[in-house]
Amino acid sequence: MKMANIDAPQDLSLLAVTTSSTRRKFLFAAGGATFSASAIALLSGCASYESSASSEAAEQDIKILNTAIAAEHEAVAAYQVGAESGLLEKAVLDIAVKFQGHHKEHVDVLSNTVTSLGGSAKTTKSSYDFPVDQLKTQSDVLQFAAGLERGAVSAYAGAIPVFDNSDLAAAAASILADEAMHWAILRNTLGLDPVPEAFFS
Amino acid sequence: MLGLLVMAGSLLPELVFSEQFRGDPEAGAQEYVRCQGCHDLTRHRTGPRHCGLFGRIAGTVEGFEFTESMKNAEVRWDRQSLDVFLSAPMERIPGTSMGYAGISDEQVRHNLIAYLESANNDPSQCPP
Repeated sequence: MKMANIDAPQDLSLLAVTTSSTRRKFLFAAGGATFSASAIALLSGCASYESSASSEAAEQDIKILNTAIAAEHEAVAAYQVGAESGLLEKAVLDIAVKFQGHHKEHVDVLSNTVTSLGGSAKTTKSSYDFPVDQLKTQSDVLQFAAGLERGAVSAYAGAIPVFDNSDLAAAAASILADEAMHWAILRNTLGLDPVPEAFFS
Repeated sequence: MLGLLVMAGSLLPELVFSEQFRGDPEAGAQEYVRCQGCHDLTRHRTGPRHCGLFGRIAGTVEGFEFTESMKNAEVRWDRQSLDVFLSAPMERIPGTSMGYAGISDEQVRHNLIAYLESANNDPSQCPP
């Protein structure tokens, strides 16, 4: 079985936060990488959240975030299964590894946010019940991954309106956009129309 | 709250609700993709599996860790309770981990419920 070199998660622990009157800047450990504007908004939103939101609203947002974290952990594990299947061509494997890295980043930033809100972030499960017996070709793996990504787009689309904190909603939209791109690329690789509709729910 | 709604609903003749129900399972199959970020018919994922859903008491399926809110909801899943819940999950059962705004379009909800019913009655999709 072909093994992929993807089991070394980046340490994205928060190193420093600087705040000015107009913006907050977050620096992360991974080579000083900076997050997108929306991801920054997510965490900067947390700072203002703590001072103004009710604990009940914060608890609800933590639940939503933890549901997202659980789904992101599942995606990381699913890509691991695909990468280790030995069914992927090198170019496709590279894409899968890249997308898995994105999901790991989502886990990290969402988990940091839950912690900053005073909650406990969900951790990865010890095992996942994937339909591995149905993954016999590269196309099977890609369709499996595409299904997860499409579902994730809907999940984020359904979660965004119920965040109490609008900065969290904006950050979730940033993640939604990333996962929609994953879905489109996977469909394109499968020879399908990458963007079959103008609207998604 | 939903428990009360369901109890009230259960006093109504099933036929009354059924006459109002216009679910199209084929259309619902297309809508089910929106559930698949967290759910699957046969496997527990971020959310519980959907096979065996109808007639089940909320929060009771084995092998899935439910919130206390769901376990205490006192809801039996059927067309009516699903219709109410799916319209606004976090309002109908406050504290649920289903962080989802809900489906405002009644026809879409009915299509989705019809698909879930159809799948639950199809041994190839939901093995006994």
